[in-house]
Amino acid sequence: MPELPPLPTISQLVFTGFALFTCASALGVVLARNLFHGALALVATLFGVAGLYVMLEAEFLAVSQVLVYVGAIATLITFAIMLTRSMMYGKTSPLNRQWGKTGLFAVMIFLALYGFVGSIPWADSAPAVLADESMIAALGVEFVTNYVVAFEVMGLLLLVALVGAVMLARDNN
Amino acid sequence: MQGSTWSDGIVGLLTGLGLPDMLALGIAYGIGAFILVNFGMVSALLLIWITRKAISRMQDRLGPNRLGPYGLFQTVADAAKLISKEIITPSQSDFLAYNAAPILSVFGVLILLAVVPFAPGLVGMDLNVGVLFVVALGSIGVMAALMAGWGSNNKYALLAGFRVVAQLLSYEIPMVLSILTVVLVTGTMSFGRITEFQSLTIGGFNLGIGWLGIMMPAAMLIFFISSLAEAELTPFDLLEAESELIAGFHIEYSGMKFAMFFLAQFVNAWVLSALMAVLFLGGWQGPGVGLPVIGPILGLGYFFIKSYAIYVLQQWVRGTFPRIRIDQMMYFAWKVLVPASVALIVVQAIVQKLPVPDPVIYAFIFLANIGVIWVVVTALQRYIKSATMGTKRSFEPAGLIGTMQKADTYAMY
Repeated sequence: MPELPPLPTISQLVFTGFALFTCASALGVVLARNLFHGALALVATLFGVAGLYVMLEAEFLAVSQVLVYVGAIATLITFAIMLTRSMMYGKTSPLNRQWGKTGLFAVMIFLALYGFVGSIPWADSAPAVLADESMIAALGVEFVTNYVVAFEVMGLLLLVALVGAVMLARDNN
Repeated sequence: MQGSTWSDGIVGLLTGLGLPDMLALGIAYGIGAFILVNFGMVSALLLIWITRKAISRMQDRLGPNRLGPYGLFQTVADAAKLISKEIITPSQSDFLAYNAAPILSVFGVLILLAVVPFAPGLVGMDLNVGVLFVVALGSIGVMAALMAGWGSNNKYALLAGFRVVAQLLSYEIPMVLSILTVVLVTGTMSFGRITEFQSLTIGGFNLGIGWLGIMMPAAMLIFFISSLAEAELTPFDLLEAESELIAGFHIEYSGMKFAMFFLAQFVNAWVLSALMAVLFLGGWQGPGVGLPVIGPILGLGYFFIKSYAIYVLQQWVRGTFPRIRIDQMMYFAWKVLVPASVALIVVQAIVQKLPVPDPVIYAFIFLANIGVIWVVVTALQRYIKSATMGTKRSFEPAGLIGTMQKADTYAMY
């Protein structure tokens, strides 16, 4: 009798559940015929990714993901969709004239990523990294020492975007 | 996670029965989640009763007093009525958005209970990013309001949804900044450790009154005002001002679906009070919580007294303040609260790097808080005076400006 593979542990099952949920809602984003449903599916996808981070014991990353993507970006996208009335109620086709070319590119990128991921010798047993508070503190220190330029440029970019938005929305009088 | 927590006992019992560790932990957290969720739902009945009683007394009425002692069961009867009501679905409403919105809005509030420390060791999950968790999951309520507004296929509901998002996003910023002042002082984002920081041990006995609110009154006030706005309470209740606008994003909901929005709103108000108690009033800290057996019970008592006291304070504000306009609401968030809290953070960041002992730093922070309150109050007084000067009341005696009293027309000449 051939030896059976070991039973999956509970955390593996939960991880698989989250991964399937993420994939299903990601498919929903591109296949939904109503743009608002697409946006809601995007929110679900982002939550699914946050769940994956939690399973990988990166709570800080998970919570930041929800804070930035769901709290800010998804709300912004929803607003943009809602303010374009024709797109909001109408049914749009998930395909447009360029679906052939984009599909080709998507397949090529998938193959490249697949080959890339497959060629990396992943360490299957590494010491666990504890994502406790000292790690968050270390992250903060890195932001204002080693990566201070990138950090400041990012802040400047956001400021420019803010000023630009105010200029666009301002009354001409 | 540190120390012994509530889950240890259950896990120990279950593994003793021969269950694997993961399963035992899962069952333990399942029980904890069940208790927390039902606590949230049942406490809503009590919260609604408190609101009605408190506001009735302020308006010189008796409030509910027929069903049960002091009318306590009135809310139960109302809930039964709401459950038995017909559920009306508007035509051409969006099935997914319309039906998911009430569920999400309750979910977004109840999940916050998971990180609230009720007593020493009694916290659903003491995440080391607890503060961020609360801030991040606040966005679920925003999404729920948008989904309800859009899914109802009603332009007034949609407009109200936009109003909700504008207000919640605006007031989230001063709220987060005021929480950040606490994080700066305590150096942690876990609610459990923020509570432990607020002990005051003298001679080996934990007095438990090292509350941050004493040191940072300005930050506490900013948090309280923003929490009023986040909970959609007066003076920031223009989101669902029934007398002026239609009821808001949940106008098309009836029966239990409407009740879920209602429930989420009340529990949200209480959760924000509880967070304020944890962040600024020491949570379960109080005299005698360090004692061996009676300590945790005392702590639970202190926590509930504090959080319900703040809840009653919210209702007091609700019963006495007039509703403000939407431009005043935005003005207050962006031109008063945000600069004040940014000033506090800048001062704290500098002061905490000074090479002086901790009590001196705390004294500086206290002075900065008093200074911020003074500047804001003076500036607002000037603004209100200049705004009042532009109205017709400016012809009246200066002593009456800013009051609601009627001028004696003949005495002026």
